[in-house]
Amino acid sequence: MISIVETLMSGVMLGALYALFGLGLSLSLGVMRMINIAHGDLIVLGAYLAVLVTGRTGWSALASLLIVMPLMFAVGWLMQSLMLNRVVGRDAMASLLLTFGLSIVLQNLLQEIFTANTRSLEAGDLALMSFQIGSLSIGVLPLATAAATVAVYALTGALVARTHWGRQVRAVADDPGAARLVGVNDRRLFAAMTGLVLAAISLAAVLYGIRTPFSPSAGPERLLFAFEAVVLGGLGSLWGTFFGGLILGLAQVLGQQINTGLGAFFGHLVFLVVLIARPQGLFGNGSKP
Amino acid sequence: MLCATRLSASYGLFQALFNVSLTVAPGETVALIGSNGAGKTTLLRSLAGALPTAWMSISLDGQSIGGSSEREQLRRGIALVPEGRRLFASLTVHENLLLAEHNGRPGNWSVMRVISELPTLANLLERPSTALSGGQQQIVAIARALVANPDYLLCDEVSLGLSPLAVDDVYALLAKVRRNGTAIVLVEQNVRRALAESDRYYCLRKGQLVLDGVSARADRHAIAQAYFGV
Repeated sequence: MISIVETLMSGVMLGALYALFGLGLSLSLGVMRMINIAHGDLIVLGAYLAVLVTGRTGWSALASLLIVMPLMFAVGWLMQSLMLNRVVGRDAMASLLLTFGLSIVLQNLLQEIFTANTRSLEAGDLALMSFQIGSLSIGVLPLATAAATVAVYALTGALVARTHWGRQVRAVADDPGAARLVGVNDRRLFAAMTGLVLAAISLAAVLYGIRTPFSPSAGPERLLFAFEAVVLGGLGSLWGTFFGGLILGLAQVLGQQINTGLGAFFGHLVFLVVLIARPQGLFGNGSKP
Repeated sequence: MLCATRLSASYGLFQALFNVSLTVAPGETVALIGSNGAGKTTLLRSLAGALPTAWMSISLDGQSIGGSSEREQLRRGIALVPEGRRLFASLTVHENLLLAEHNGRPGNWSVMRVISELPTLANLLERPSTALSGGQQQIVAIARALVANPDYLLCDEVSLGLSPLAVDDVYALLAKVRRNGTAIVLVEQNVRRALAESDRYYCLRKGQLVLDGVSARADRHAIAQAYFGV
């Protein structure tokens, strides 16, 4: 019984991270109609930036976020305004090719700078701390991860639903041409959005890096899980991506209990089954592309 | 004074406007007439900054403003009500208006004033903008351009697909806009209505200006000839 609860907790933590990975993809797909193939490599870049910062300052991995998050925001802003904005609104192939190229450049750059060795991030004491409820022990880190993910989603949701910025985002997602006619600066909006996405990604990257070692070539796998979270939840549904990530994480961890090597396989299996049963995703309405 | 001088515009290789020149004085209503594909929408979109144009080809009060973005034109007081209304489906009626007001210029029109002038809107504010009748949507689309406080309101096919009653509502709103001192450029399929609602008219055919004049003294016969090119 206790081991089941602990397994579930571990699944929720992993799922929360996938949900954070998926958030950025979901947003850029929904608003910019663009798929960023380099998404996974940007996650890995965030983890390596954290390695750099912890190495230089001696801070813990979580404290390094104070520097890594603003840095990644800047990277996102620059990447969007200098590069990706040139292909937004063009046919899908242009953005696919550009971000595919970006993905390769990032992987090789990381390999050049940090070598191909696997690294991991140290959480310090936090990784070992846990609550004791009866005979049940719940780790602080998984709990904090889940809480952080819910907070990021709730914040993003409120930003989109209640602020002027969010109205602009929804207007652009509906009809970019009409949005420009009411004075929306879509290019700057995209730059800010990609900045926020990368800031959220760096949070996920550091938390994931504490849990799982990474190497410069780990990006595509991250991208795959992020994608599965988005599609599982249904395109165009923010909280759909959240639950998509959770389901994926739970499936992988439960799968690991059945056979240690088949965690990812069970994740893909659940993904396939859902896709067959509900091609529009769990929360997708099926009408939007 | 909003002027187009030898304005040309293209969609890729297809040229839709050829050296069109027109003027719109502050406060006047100008009708653009012509058959489908004559270039009326292209002309409005060029003026509003939605299509790339040469810098010298559009001027406002003597200053060249061609090649600007929609946002820059909006800030100068040129707003377009696009064909097909194009309200934002994910936004409520209220949000559609708030968004435009926030990005627009300060002035006489505000979301508050629009609501008080159009009481029927008050009950619809929290609805998704797609859950309205065509006529209501058109009113909201015009209101959305109005709250940016333009000096020049460009209206593309504002009566298309509406019932006669709804069309009257739309023109009642435009009459209020006119009384406010705002200039209107009107694209309208119904030539009789276009002439009745305007001070002057321009007739386009195949991307070229073929006739213009004062609406009250318009010669039906000359317009029919210009319209169809016979």
